[in-house]
Amino acid sequence: MEHFAIWIAAFLTLGIVSFLYKDNAWYKLCEAIFVGISAGYWFVVLFWDNLHGKFWMGKGEDPMLYVGAILGILMLMRLIPKIGWISRWPLAFIVGATAGFYLINYFSSDVMSQVGSTVMPFFSTGYGSGVNASLYDIIGNIVVAVGTFTGLVYFYFSKEHKGAFGATAKVGIFFLMVTFGASFGYTVMSRMSLLIGRVDFLFGDFLGMIVQ
Amino acid sequence: MDNIGVIISLILIFGGLVALFYGSLKGREVDRRIIFLFIFLAVAAPILFPMTFEEKATQVVKSVFDKVENLPEGSTVLLSFDFDPAMAPEVQPMANAISRHCLEKGHKIIFMSLWATGQALLSQSLSESILPGFPEKQNLVDYVSIGYKAGNEGVPNVIITDIQKMFPTDVNSVPLDSIPIFDNIESCKDLDFIVSFGGGKPGPKEWILFVGDPGGVPIGVGVAAVVAPQMYPYLPDQVIGILGGVKGAAEYESELIRVHPKFADMDTPGLLMMGPQTLAHVVIMAFIVIGNVVFFRGRRREKKE
Repeated sequence: MEHFAIWIAAFLTLGIVSFLYKDNAWYKLCEAIFVGISAGYWFVVLFWDNLHGKFWMGKGEDPMLYVGAILGILMLMRLIPKIGWISRWPLAFIVGATAGFYLINYFSSDVMSQVGSTVMPFFSTGYGSGVNASLYDIIGNIVVAVGTFTGLVYFYFSKEHKGAFGATAKVGIFFLMVTFGASFGYTVMSRMSLLIGRVDFLFGDFLGMIVQ
Repeated sequence: MDNIGVIISLILIFGGLVALFYGSLKGREVDRRIIFLFIFLAVAAPILFPMTFEEKATQVVKSVFDKVENLPEGSTVLLSFDFDPAMAPEVQPMANAISRHCLEKGHKIIFMSLWATGQALLSQSLSESILPGFPEKQNLVDYVSIGYKAGNEGVPNVIITDIQKMFPTDVNSVPLDSIPIFDNIESCKDLDFIVSFGGGKPGPKEWILFVGDPGGVPIGVGVAAVVAPQMYPYLPDQVIGILGGVKGAAEYESELIRVHPKFADMDTPGLLMMGPQTLAHVVIMAFIVIGNVVFFRGRRREKKE
């Protein structure tokens, strides 16, 4: 059974990789299998975890779950064109609740804490800790301050980017480019890891060419 | 045999690159399938003929290592496997390494997942990689898996105040209040350290937003490389350290072997993957140079015409 699974996995891996040569029927078959299995998998997971695991098993203890169930049924109304507008109510609830849910935490973690970490004294490692920063920390603090300031200047479009203002914005572009470059480098590493994983599977589990 | 294989592979790859570079100087363009072929060779050769490099833990990785290393024995650590098979090649090695490190130091581990697919990978890690090295460790006493619970970011938002509300039982339906690990653990605020492994949503960011910051719980993250740059702004105040992609995993494995030599014989997928990673990056950099040469020569020719 395990060998059969390995053969299927190899067939699908090679089918997807075959797209690198050109679009073909094998690739399309593998793509369709992936989409179908994903949809089926998530349907089963959501049914057992949400509908059965949470609502059906917990409805006796928490009557509020019925509210969720009713909103869920209202969402399905979009399948009936005449009363499809009803599905906007649960959608509005989801949008509003999610926005409210995230608002405080995002503001606290992604705004206040981030600003606090950025506005640092150059020569110390924290507020009230005196002059205790190493040369490495000092350079880091300066780079963060300059990068943040020039980056913000670049995104200020109410004034024409000319003269000293334009030069500062250009430094901001430099920082942005370094950021994008680092991001691209990490992305390449991530994608390579996936390829390594598949090649390792093909040579190891499938062809048995790797001796552990 | 391995060394000969490595040398032949390197000659083949770099010889080909030199030939392509020479062709680019003459204005010849490179078919994209040639690029794919070279990337494949650069990845396949070090897998067939293992090529390893020495890794030294950088400060962002060492911070996580030192945290695990310096926690008192018996501390409770939560490890959340928030990833799917697509992320597994780069995230699973670091999850395995940190799990082993925690068990070696005598910490109690609570395993869980915010992703449905994470639970299967967690079970695989436990049975195939982590537990075989620690036959003396007991389920429910030294470690426990409470599995996956639907609810995305709602899960950490609830367990910051009450773990049992979201997880009344472990994966084997054992009630949490009868599990020794949970004797003094009511919420995530009682944990000594949390590490989230992932790269999607919900994942490390949600742990920072809903548990680390509001609860003051130390958080470490092990992430797929593609999201690592998004984690750096949280250093060092909101996360104590980051393991970014397979490089982070390799650094952690190397530090683990350095400090605990008993792990020298363990499987080190992170370190092994650095060979193909390095060679593939060199090939990509070579193609960036070749691409620029072709571009600038083409532009100069157009200007002449």
